[in-house]
Amino acid sequence: MTLRELATEKVTVISGPYGSGKTNIAVNLAMDIAKSGKVCRIADLDIVNPYFRSADNAKMLEKMGVQTMIPLFANTNVDIPALPPNYQMLFTGEGYSVADVGGDGDGAAVLGLSHDDYIEAGYKMYFVYNRYRYITSEPEGALEVLNEIKRASGLEFHGIINNSNLGAETTRETVLNAIPYAERLSELAGIPLLLTTAPDWLDIENTVTITDITKKLF
Amino acid sequence: MGEKLLMKGNEAIAEAAIRSGCKLFFGYPITPQTELAEYMAKQMPKRGGLSLQAESEIAAINMVLGAASTGARVITSSSSPGISLKCEGISYIIGSDLPCVIVNVQRGGPGLGGIQPAQSDYNQATKALGHGDGHAIVLAPNSVQEIATLVGEAFDLADIYRMPCMILADGALGQMMEPVDFEAKPAREIPEKDWACCGHGGKRVHNIVNSLYIEPEELERIVLERFERYKKLEENEVKYEEYLTEDADIVIVAYGITARIAKTAVRNARKKGIKAGLFRPITLYPYPKKQLNALADKAKCFLSVEMNMGQMVNDIKIAIDCKKPVYHYGRTGGMIPSPEDILAKIEEISGGNA
Repeated sequence: MTLRELATEKVTVISGPYGSGKTNIAVNLAMDIAKSGKVCRIADLDIVNPYFRSADNAKMLEKMGVQTMIPLFANTNVDIPALPPNYQMLFTGEGYSVADVGGDGDGAAVLGLSHDDYIEAGYKMYFVYNRYRYITSEPEGALEVLNEIKRASGLEFHGIINNSNLGAETTRETVLNAIPYAERLSELAGIPLLLTTAPDWLDIENTVTITDITKKLF
Repeated sequence: MGEKLLMKGNEAIAEAAIRSGCKLFFGYPITPQTELAEYMAKQMPKRGGLSLQAESEIAAINMVLGAASTGARVITSSSSPGISLKCEGISYIIGSDLPCVIVNVQRGGPGLGGIQPAQSDYNQATKALGHGDGHAIVLAPNSVQEIATLVGEAFDLADIYRMPCMILADGALGQMMEPVDFEAKPAREIPEKDWACCGHGGKRVHNIVNSLYIEPEELERIVLERFERYKKLEENEVKYEEYLTEDADIVIVAYGITARIAKTAVRNARKKGIKAGLFRPITLYPYPKKQLNALADKAKCFLSVEMNMGQMVNDIKIAIDCKKPVYHYGRTGGMIPSPEDILAKIEEISGGNA
């Protein structure tokens, strides 16, 4: 499966624990949709993290033809949870929408708020799993967060994206060793493992290549 | 454990504290530090500890004072404006000779300032974390991995020297995610806490933890004794890192996240044929004076790079006895310098001086 094939409904929700790589997946997916010639927008619905969010990539995304929906004060000093002003476009806009949602029950409360809109517009929600993320590294820990998000949003997950990585230190072994853990999570959660990602500097069979778009400080 | 996992800086501080035997966290939420408090709230109850969200930063630091009096390992954390609120309590802790760890994940100031990263509490941390003659140890990690070892070291130093130890981080370090391995830090010998108020059981004279002295002669004696300890600290506990300083004409002095950015600038300067090097103080108090002074005999000039208006410049000048010029490059208010910005400054200086 490719990343692009995840977007089968009006809204694709990318969710999962903090630091699992949701923003990276959401931005890569939006770029892939735009490249396929479809109208696409990405919404930064992270109401928890003050920095390192999809708003960081707004200029690059706009250039690629991806509409961005970003809270007015993202990356400023206004420290309040806020939604983008054109939020309803997520459900009513032309083409496809990708939602990047903050990753636990609190972050996912924003989904619960618009529960009916997601159902009416049609949505697919995916859980991003990183085997190397502290606390949620074990499938059991990740499952707890998965259930928390389900409860807070009232929405269903349709699959798992195995995005196991160690940032710049990711190797072939990092990626391959994590697969059994993702399979175990899939079994526990009762939803399919749809794809495994690998950073673009590695060439690994049966994985989907992801470009790291995280803001670099040094 | 030996296995690397990804963590945010804030989470790594909390995890390292718990692994160092700290069972008590008192704090109050503030961006960009809040993940630390959240981590404590989730983990402490599962691991036999207590995490308490106090009604204010002032209440939290006084809870730290009380807990530290019993000899327990205790930590509090905040970000810049919250640290200012804690300063009275920190002075009382210094005056009571109590060990504890205080975390400052700095943000832009003064005042309420902003929530983006800064290093503008350098002077507060190293010169006056409260009123009176006194110091807190100040450690400045520059990576999530270094956080993992320095937090444990902070608890050890605090216990050995009976004084508060601050982890001076910044928003970028607190929020960024890096692989971390909580390998065992070399164990240090911790003196018995025979001063602690933990119940005398009728077997000894009761201990008193206090910072009030009725006779000025006694207070002076206590302060002088404390400064003898500071002298030992300055002799034995200085930590720093050097990168390409051996033949450097321009020595960049930077700590924390800025040192990471400056390192890239140094590498790029070398590619252009400029002999740049990086000196990174890890202990901001005690400051690595001797080591910088030795460099001043070889280098042509120094460049302090900080996310503030030049707060460390005077410390460098004092350390090197003003033997060489000390320049400054900084961004402030929550702005982060880029490697290109720093390189431009290096080129500007080397064009004239180096």
